[in-house]
Amino acid sequence: MQIYLPIAEVSVNAFLLLGLGGLVGVLSGMFGVGGGFLMTPLLFFIGIPPAVAVATEANQIVASSFSGVLAHLKRRTVDLKMGTVLLIGGLIGAALGVLVFNYLKSLGQVDLLVKLCYVVFLGIIGAMMFVESLRAIRNTRRGAPPKRKKHGWVHKLPFKMRFRTSGLYISAIPPLIVGVCVGILAAIMGVGGGFIMVPAMIYILGMPTKVVVGTSLFQIIFVTGFTTMLHATTNYTVDIVLAVLLLIGGVIGAQIGARIGVKMPAEQLRILLAIMVLAVSGKLALDLLIMPSELFSLGGAGGGH
Amino acid sequence: MLRLAILLACMALPAAAEEVVLGLSKDKVAITTNFDGSEILVFGAIKREAPISETPLDVVVAISGPSEPIIVRRKERRFGIWVNVESVEVDAAPSYYTVATTGPLSEVLSNVEDLRHRVSIPRAIRSVGAPSTVADAQSFTDAVIRIRKESGAYSVQEGAVNLDEQTLFRTSIALPANLTAGDYLTRILLTREGRVVSDFETVIDVRKVGLERWLYTMSRQQPFWYGIMSLAIAIAAGWGASAAFQFLRRG
Repeated sequence: MQIYLPIAEVSVNAFLLLGLGGLVGVLSGMFGVGGGFLMTPLLFFIGIPPAVAVATEANQIVASSFSGVLAHLKRRTVDLKMGTVLLIGGLIGAALGVLVFNYLKSLGQVDLLVKLCYVVFLGIIGAMMFVESLRAIRNTRRGAPPKRKKHGWVHKLPFKMRFRTSGLYISAIPPLIVGVCVGILAAIMGVGGGFIMVPAMIYILGMPTKVVVGTSLFQIIFVTGFTTMLHATTNYTVDIVLAVLLLIGGVIGAQIGARIGVKMPAEQLRILLAIMVLAVSGKLALDLLIMPSELFSLGGAGGGH
Repeated sequence: MLRLAILLACMALPAAAEEVVLGLSKDKVAITTNFDGSEILVFGAIKREAPISETPLDVVVAISGPSEPIIVRRKERRFGIWVNVESVEVDAAPSYYTVATTGPLSEVLSNVEDLRHRVSIPRAIRSVGAPSTVADAQSFTDAVIRIRKESGAYSVQEGAVNLDEQTLFRTSIALPANLTAGDYLTRILLTREGRVVSDFETVIDVRKVGLERWLYTMSRQQPFWYGIMSLAIAIAAGWGASAAFQFLRRG
């Protein structure tokens, strides 16, 4: 069934969009990532203009992460206090990120920088997670007891707060810094930032994996909601018909994903996310290295990024 | 004497001697939610007072969508990776362009007439003032044509127009599903030995209707409320799915 999208001005198959939304929704619920880093390239591929894809994607992530958060709230796997601290940092970061983005745009080459950001960050994070979770899986197989959390520099800072759900008593400064960094990157790369946030929460803040997913989704709702409004009011690129089709699949997928995620061992969950992150990063790296079949590309005059 | 005057007048004003009477299977294309391309039948007759001339007549049908400026970027390898190095702004390129003719375009229309009427695809695109730093501006215009031809937005259909008895002509033009709304200028040119003897213009009105139109207008005129509406739908859908799944699990 073909559906004409009023803002994107293209006609697409409705079932294809429902399926895409569902697939990315499952991943979103399982890993606590918004799925923007997967969905946006997929939307480019089926012929949605990039500006519309990025903006609409933000709106769809609001729906799937809201659905995911509700599922996690029921299981008490959302640390609302930690989420709020991260969110405050995230909004400050997003505002800074928009400034950085506009500055880079004035220099030109912002597309390249976004792609390089993707490759570098996804590559590093993916590789780190992969190695770490592989080691963890080996340790559990050998029956060795899991290592106690290290008391590093993170625990020596002032302004300590108690995060009951995460079982942590740490300073508020590291989560704030993590929030700001993710916010900056999210604004530049046009994603919710879950794929950076999740590893940062696990490895820097030392939060338990089960709590990380719900908490990450919680703050993604607000960051992407903010982004949607920004795109809708300045670029007019949010396609509501596209968003509805994607989010119908997305919200259902997120519910299924959250249930799968709860049943799966945390190490396996992390290793799957690591493989996925590495695959996307590898694909983007190849795009930059291999000679494109068409050297020329068309873009609207004064168009977005 | 009178006959001679008429004959002279006919020879002096060949354009007026043959006129196009045009019919379109539809002159309005409504883009609805389930719009999946459209086929338009362009047909007509040639009205003339004088007998049919010896030299064969040809018909050119050109439909062009709304024009807009586009930026063409070229990639080059720098430090091992492919990056955009140069860009040229093409001032006006139609979003859609199709030329259908009775024979090969180069024979049907002379170069001079093509220049004047801007019929062939390269002529339909206007590009002036490429920055002097760009060595071969032409390759950028060529790229627009190549990319748009591949995507099906531009096409030349030589021999697609049927002409009977030098009087009746018809052709069918397929409009793709990813159509931009706007006025589609439709031109019919009658040519003899490459010279245009008569031309006719009309407009096919391509408009979004119903829900499509309402959403589009709202997104431009009330962007804030449009954004709020998008978020409300997203939140409602997220909550709805969560509630539905809980209900399913209990039931």
